[in-house]
Amino acid sequence: MQIIKDKQRVDNTWQFIADDAALVAGDITVSLDRWLQDRADLVAHNGKVGLRLKASDSVADFAEDLANIKLVELDFADFADGRSFSQAWLLRGRYDYKDEIRAIGRYLPEQVFYLSRVGVNAYATEKTPDLDAVLNNLNDFTVKYQSSII
Amino acid sequence: MYQYTENDQTLIDERVAQFKRQTENYFKGELSEDEYRALRLRNGVYIQTHAPLLRVAGPYGLISSKQVRKLAHIARTYDKNYCHFTTRQNIQFNWPKLELVPEILAELATVQMHAIQTSGNCMRNTTSDHLAGVAVDEIADPRPYCEIIRQWTTLHPEFDYLPRKFKIAVSGALNDRAATQFHDIGLHLVKNDAGEVGFKVFVGGGLGRTPIIGQVIKPYLEQKHLLSYLEAILRIYNLFGRRDNKYKARIKILVKETGLEEFTKLVDAEWAHLRDANELSAERVDELKAHFASPAYDLAADTDTSFAEHKVNDKAFATWLAHNTAAHKVSGYTAVFISLKAPDMPPGDVTDVQLDAVADIADAYSFGEIRATHRQNLILADVKQADLYTVWQKLAALELATPNIGTATDMICCPGLDFCSLANAGSIGVAKEINEALDDLDYIHDIGELKINMSGCMNGCAHQSVGHIGILGVDKKGAEWYQITLGGSSENNAAIGERLGPAVAKDEITKAITTILDVYVKNRLEEETFLEAVNRLGINPFKEQVYANN
Repeated sequence: MQIIKDKQRVDNTWQFIADDAALVAGDITVSLDRWLQDRADLVAHNGKVGLRLKASDSVADFAEDLANIKLVELDFADFADGRSFSQAWLLRGRYDYKDEIRAIGRYLPEQVFYLSRVGVNAYATEKTPDLDAVLNNLNDFTVKYQSSII
Repeated sequence: MYQYTENDQTLIDERVAQFKRQTENYFKGELSEDEYRALRLRNGVYIQTHAPLLRVAGPYGLISSKQVRKLAHIARTYDKNYCHFTTRQNIQFNWPKLELVPEILAELATVQMHAIQTSGNCMRNTTSDHLAGVAVDEIADPRPYCEIIRQWTTLHPEFDYLPRKFKIAVSGALNDRAATQFHDIGLHLVKNDAGEVGFKVFVGGGLGRTPIIGQVIKPYLEQKHLLSYLEAILRIYNLFGRRDNKYKARIKILVKETGLEEFTKLVDAEWAHLRDANELSAERVDELKAHFASPAYDLAADTDTSFAEHKVNDKAFATWLAHNTAAHKVSGYTAVFISLKAPDMPPGDVTDVQLDAVADIADAYSFGEIRATHRQNLILADVKQADLYTVWQKLAALELATPNIGTATDMICCPGLDFCSLANAGSIGVAKEINEALDDLDYIHDIGELKINMSGCMNGCAHQSVGHIGILGVDKKGAEWYQITLGGSSENNAAIGERLGPAVAKDEITKAITTILDVYVKNRLEEETFLEAVNRLGINPFKEQVYANN
């Protein structure tokens, strides 16, 4: 599966491990609950580890551990739930997170300009044609009133 | 008034292009109903009972004559020859075709207008005092700050998908004419002991189903911290505002459920991270102030004598002056209200012909600027006293000079069941009936200052809960009924009206209102306004008469 990362199409190298599934080798993402519960095992994991955040998760709950987290996926259950935008902003602006922040789930390709401005730099889409829409819509505006996070 | 820079213009042009694509994708079936709904709302498009409704932003109520002519053109070309001014200083078109809305927005963009964030769960148009810059009781001009907030709120990347809508109002005067205590954030310009202008910040006010008076969260906020403090409040609201129930999603509920003290701690903790990094510079404020410099007033304007003669010789002119004008800070100038409350027009409605004529009058007599008030009238803010008689004659010929500003027939009224898909009851028809019952101007003038607000449902678009008399349309087994409240106020003495009793039937509402006015006339003390009388007497004397026969 391809995603958009830093305005390029690239292959996705990560897989999400459900809370009740065993860890597998390679780059994986897990829920925040699992991270908080199995932190020691995950830090020792053979491969990179990332988090898949729900909109209701608190960034402060893992902020001190960001050096161990190489990807944060913002999982939109509902495109209208704007908490994910603040999660991204906090990760970049408050906690100086430098690795990948990826929008996944039910956000709209129409929202990617805003997402990019709060620090999201990668986009997985449910439908492949949406990848083109994402690339296109990242350029919706050439001007802005507020400073962006990156 | 504010003139767009190249960047401002590019931004709204790019927004038009974006919405055009979104609308095309919707018609191609690539965006679902739900998805497109969220996007169109953020561009001012509602779907109403009969047709889409387009709400155009009137930034803190200021509109140029050129913009007014464009509104007239749109009313004529895309609508049924009229538009409607709202309680938040915006302009609504009731009959545009959805597929033509991008074209309308492109037309608006040519005169520096847009419909961005006039609906949807995002930060809305910032509203302010309609007498800003000319009021005699002004501490500081709120308009430069309104423009700073307008820009900051427009297309804010983090706060466009809030739990619910979010409204900011700014007042710079001793008397609050912008209902700031009933906004999500209300800002009062105040001076500290050193004479520096800052903000008293109110939070958590609102009308609608659960009217709540805003509370002071910061008695004095330095000017340089304006945007960082707004950002802190918005981030806390975005993260912690309820999203499980849309009726509990406004910030007023978060403040109420969290408690002001705890909410303030959350905001201050967030603000501590932001305040030093994101200061508003004095240079930036000065730059914006330059956009709102006073026009070239004629300093000899008060030497005119014709004005006094007309006042003595023409009783109708004198009556209009007494009711439809406001004092101006410059001697010899007057702010003139254009009443959009003629007896035979729905409150706030204005035709294309009237709009074009108003634009001409503004060009000739008021520096080409028009303002919208939050009570759905217009203002020419800078009319020389020598021109008042002519302006009155011209407005009278257009049926825009009904001398009823601030009186019983200057009602705030929502579109109601006639247009709105949310409404439970009609409001325009009832307003008309009350107007007909109160057709004696001398009686209206004798009653004096009175604010009647009427909404067709509990969403309360017409602010019935803060009307001196509030009327709320409710549905009772398919019939239209009306609840009455007394004693509300959206001014400095903010108050939520008290319910008079059970709702009354549609054929009894006008009688109930006239009965209430009779009780006031019989019981008032000398010089006592209706609101003062209600506050002194309580609601019982009114209640006894209204329900006397039931």
